[in-house]
Amino acid sequence: MTSANTRQNPVPAPPPGHTPKPAPPSGAPVRATGAQALVRSLESAGCEVVFGIPGGTILPSYDPLLDSTKVRHVLVRHEQGAGHAATGYAQVTGKPGVCMATSGPGATNLVTALADAQMDSVPVVAITGQTARGMIGTDAFQEADICGITLPVTKHNFLVTDPAEIPRIIAEAFYIASSGRPGPVLVDIPKDVQQAMTSFSWPPETRLPGYRPTSKPHGKQVREAAKLITSAQRPVLYAGGGVLKAEASEELRQLAESTGIPVVTTLMARGAFPDSHSLHLGMPGMHGAVAAVAAMQRSDLLIALGTRFDDRVTGQLSSFAPDAKVVHADIDPAEISKNRVADVPIVGDCKDVIADLVEAVESAAEESGKADLAPWWKQLSSWRETFPLGYDWPEDGTLSPEYVTERLGKLAGPEATYVAGVGQHQMWAAQFIGYERPRSWINSGGLGTMGYAVPAAMGAKAGEPDRQVWAIDGDGCFQMTNQELATCAVEGIPIKVAIINNGNLGMVRQWQNLFYAERYSQSDLGTHKHRIPDFAMLAESLGCVGLRCESGEDVDSVIRQAMEIDDRPVVIDFVVGKDAQVWPMVAAGTGNDEIMAARGIRPLFDDEEK
Amino acid sequence: MSRHTLSVLVENVPGVLARVSGLFSRRSFNIESLAVGPTEHPEISRMTIVVSVEDQPLEQVTKQLNKLINVIKIVELESDASVQRELLLVKVRADSSVRSQVLETVQLFRAKVVDVSPEALTIEATGDVDKLDALLRMLEPYGVREMVQSGMVAIGRGPRSITATAVR
Repeated sequence: MTSANTRQNPVPAPPPGHTPKPAPPSGAPVRATGAQALVRSLESAGCEVVFGIPGGTILPSYDPLLDSTKVRHVLVRHEQGAGHAATGYAQVTGKPGVCMATSGPGATNLVTALADAQMDSVPVVAITGQTARGMIGTDAFQEADICGITLPVTKHNFLVTDPAEIPRIIAEAFYIASSGRPGPVLVDIPKDVQQAMTSFSWPPETRLPGYRPTSKPHGKQVREAAKLITSAQRPVLYAGGGVLKAEASEELRQLAESTGIPVVTTLMARGAFPDSHSLHLGMPGMHGAVAAVAAMQRSDLLIALGTRFDDRVTGQLSSFAPDAKVVHADIDPAEISKNRVADVPIVGDCKDVIADLVEAVESAAEESGKADLAPWWKQLSSWRETFPLGYDWPEDGTLSPEYVTERLGKLAGPEATYVAGVGQHQMWAAQFIGYERPRSWINSGGLGTMGYAVPAAMGAKAGEPDRQVWAIDGDGCFQMTNQELATCAVEGIPIKVAIINNGNLGMVRQWQNLFYAERYSQSDLGTHKHRIPDFAMLAESLGCVGLRCESGEDVDSVIRQAMEIDDRPVVIDFVVGKDAQVWPMVAAGTGNDEIMAARGIRPLFDDEEK
Repeated sequence: MSRHTLSVLVENVPGVLARVSGLFSRRSFNIESLAVGPTEHPEISRMTIVVSVEDQPLEQVTKQLNKLINVIKIVELESDASVQRELLLVKVRADSSVRSQVLETVQLFRAKVVDVSPEALTIEATGDVDKLDALLRMLEPYGVREMVQSGMVAIGRGPRSITATAVR
């Protein structure tokens, strides 16, 4: 472990203590420019933080933003960082995250983050500048058709053509982003629309004749589901990210405890049900726990709650949970029966659905009794005991990445927020940290966006400044977006970063090891061989404390050292072995029955041969 | 695979056609024809979309369409409970030696001649797909020089209106 030099960094100034000007009474129209109307609208919509970068066409709006006492602007280093920060903010607070960029490249740099938010159903509002109305379509400087570009990766988008529409469109954007199945909404505002005079009043009248999300579930469907639930012999509660979005963790606990049905939590739902709970089997899917995967495969009833039968969960769809009937509850009707046909579809908000299920199951049980789940639990316990999550230390004496992750989870504890990038470190973080609390685990699930962790952690810390926020990142991911550490240092957002540095694109290397005859094509980043970059020095130059740890006995002390620093971001370079692999694993394209607990060990196959 | 006719009421706002057609292409749904036009309500446009899909994917098509914010309402129009029409304009080679025969075909199909020149006739016909196909088969021997066809438009039979409940 080396502590890099400790030169003085600029200590960020606290936000200036303005006294807010008294606002005119709500509703009364006031004269304003489009830009002023935008800032007033953002304030009125409850926006507290905007992550963004100014540029030509959004400049008019940055001027009144300087005077806003309600909206804090965080000046990021790259627009992708702004987008992921908005996502991280939204994931911990449940409120829409807001990002802002100029036209052209500023806007296109947001695209990855918007696609990410779309796949993971995160409420984000993106504001972009656009070329003046008269110039649109002329290939003007920094012109990009961002509405066209983001059409497939947003829940909705708007091109504002009349300054008077700004309050209405901002109100609609926030409403669409955060209601129903949440998602990103982009609002593109031409420069001259921001400059034009208009009037501002709040709340505006919204008009969305085609948007009526269903939240209350159908009683008949709920009773139908309850009948199946009480009679199933091998039921599984399959909880997804919708449980977190609907704030339905408490309802889920009640349903699980009142029925005694085992729970699995998907990658997007980690923390929706406490890992320490005896009814919890862990995460299902490609790198899920054997007990969780096996339970679903052998189940006779999957109770899918706020989840979408993603291919990473089901494996080969045709062999997924072959004997299971399916109760599928989701707020998005299009998810129901999309991949797996539901026997009982329930459209509604998970909080309402699960609360209603608790009652309906109770009365169904009174009427016709409950199935005895003891034999099922006997089988589940045997899987759980025979194939617990585990890992071996690398034979070459290098540091175990799983151990680092596990210790971090133990020392930072369940009150911390953990944010991961994408790859091996993400899976280890999902597996070896115990999540006890909703919104304590944030990652890029659907899109699988490398580079997500640092900016999303920044957003999470901005949303919950008093919480310890750990980005767990790979050395590949970290090199994609670490510039936002400069933002964190300058803006006073002291996140902590644990780089699980195996010198390689680890998950790519794992696949090359398993499926490409150990031919390691373009997966060695040279981070170990050349120590380029030196992450500790890089961290220092970005205004953070840079630490390094290369041996097992130093892991605890370096984590503790990082936990004591709260005046600036900290980066720990954990130099770990490059050959560690993520297990269990269901190889892509194969069925979940072929899950391998470790290389060559196939619990469900062995099971059947007996 | 079977053909389904969807009447889709959408907000009359810029970009809505791109949203609908983009959805079809990115979800790999096949559009056979698409026609857009105004309705009796200026703020609502109506699209008639003919898709060729299995029943299960049809449910996905309508659910995904419903998720578009600008889509107000979707109704599937069964062919026996609706009137379905396409418009065909076809330019047929018809000099004086065959003109009368061509005109006879035009009359048989209750089509109309909309332009005449010494070598050709331009014929306008409306009808369902089968009728227009049959007409074209009859005209082909004379030589079809050029043709253009609209997408299908359709309306339900009976007194009920699908737009009435869409406007609130």
